[in-house]
Amino acid sequence: MAYSDKVLDHYENPRNVGTLDKNDPNVGTGMVGAPACGDVMKLMIKVNDAGIIEDAKFKTYGCGSAIASSSLVTEWLKGKTIDEAYAIKNSAIAEELALPPVKIHCSVLAEDAIKAAVADIKAKQLAKVSA
Amino acid sequence: MSASIEMPVLKDMFDENGLARDAHSADVQPIYLDYSATTPVDPRVAAKMIPYISEHFGNPASRSHPYGWTAEKAVENAREEVAKLVGADPREIVWTSGATESNNLAIKGAANFYSEKGKHIITITTEHKAVIDPVRELERQGFTATYLDPEPNGLIDLEKFKAAIRPDTVLASVMFVNNEIGVIQDITAIGNICRENGIIFHVDAAQATGKVEIDLEKLPVDLMSFCAHKTYGPKGIGALYVRRKPRIRIEAQMHGGGHERGMRSGTLATHQIVGMGEAFKLAREEMVLENSRIRKLRDKLLHGLETMEEVYVNGDLEHRVPHNLNISFNYVEGESLIMAVKGIAVSSGSACTSASLEPSYVLRALGRSDELAHSSIRFSIGRFTTEEDIDYTINLMKSKIDKLRELSPLWEMFKDGIDLSKVQWAAH
Repeated sequence: MAYSDKVLDHYENPRNVGTLDKNDPNVGTGMVGAPACGDVMKLMIKVNDAGIIEDAKFKTYGCGSAIASSSLVTEWLKGKTIDEAYAIKNSAIAEELALPPVKIHCSVLAEDAIKAAVADIKAKQLAKVSA
Repeated sequence: MSASIEMPVLKDMFDENGLARDAHSADVQPIYLDYSATTPVDPRVAAKMIPYISEHFGNPASRSHPYGWTAEKAVENAREEVAKLVGADPREIVWTSGATESNNLAIKGAANFYSEKGKHIITITTEHKAVIDPVRELERQGFTATYLDPEPNGLIDLEKFKAAIRPDTVLASVMFVNNEIGVIQDITAIGNICRENGIIFHVDAAQATGKVEIDLEKLPVDLMSFCAHKTYGPKGIGALYVRRKPRIRIEAQMHGGGHERGMRSGTLATHQIVGMGEAFKLAREEMVLENSRIRKLRDKLLHGLETMEEVYVNGDLEHRVPHNLNISFNYVEGESLIMAVKGIAVSSGSACTSASLEPSYVLRALGRSDELAHSSIRFSIGRFTTEEDIDYTINLMKSKIDKLRELSPLWEMFKDGIDLSKVQWAAH
């Protein structure tokens, strides 16, 4: 499998590996994929009161492209509003990493992880408002 | 083995601090631990072959001049050496292009010849594709086949084998040593069952020569496949043992000049045959010493890797050649594992060039989960493996597995005591 230098760089030096406190009301968690399918991504975002993503962490069980896709989106997410985050498309991830066609699903999974984390933080905010 | 022989690659694998160096750059060759895929040609073998490429170029079938006689003599010497390693009569050895051809000739040749006796074949799900596919081809031609699953340790349950026998069973094929997990089947016991039931017994021994003792004078085996390139000989040459007493007949699959007593036509590749003969001679002379040295290295590797949590050896450890160690590393994904261990040349249970996940069918037949089958690595050790190679490998595996687990949400969940089988995964 010939990977691009960008994939190899993220794979060798993944950015923002780790976890945030999932009980923090300002932290949203998205976990997508399944072990039997060969990849599981966990993405956590910390959002401040202005709705800006202050921090993002990930852990990924998956191939080099899956690791690179999730590492890349943690870089992209920081400083974005949750609506901007929600608008990130898998095609942008695939293009940035020059993913081969058989690895496009890794970028889809990363997009799904963002959407799941945003949905989680929105649900938490809604719960806060109604509480 | 002589100390003057060295693997011609593999230098500078450690940096000045004694730490394992990554072999991503092309200037450093990874450490070769894939001897079950193929072995380098022993330099002593290569030296014997060279004159038969150049000055002794004659056709061994040429009976009318010394060029032919010299080549024929070399071929017959080699035939004797191959026969000697496996306790056969030289007249029972038929040259082929390798184990795949030997398996095809044995399975299709015997099934075709004896098809009046019955059209049922028994084999094992963990056989090499060079056995499975000829049997599938025979099914297409009207034969029926039973593919037996081995036990979780990779070995055949003899009672299950007996139960698979039918009145029309004509042929059984069971490999001596498995290529992925290195387990050694009880060929004597299976062969005796076949004898009692009048079934022709074929054994693929491609992975067995030089690793286990083979004595066909005693073994109840009718047909046995060999190749040179797993035993430090050249690629492109193999042999099929065809028993003379009681005599086994096979139908030729290659028709031409009637070479090899009509069983396999085609001009003999003298230099390749000389190489196989020399390789098998060295195996006979050195296997006892070599295997004890390799066993020490394998055990060192095993003990080094076993210090990690959640590692699983695939296949029985006792009934196994010392050259093989097949291990699954839980909670790391197969392809990222292969990317991580570029400093060593090994085989994996994962097909990482494909979008679809195709874990090893051998490990799946043992009942391993897809995840564990994917995250497996086959280390195979051989003549030129050194203790330094093993030390490097242990350090490399530990650091890379640690790194990948640090990245793995599954590992984190496992450490938090979460039962992963109870998690509702968001499938995609």
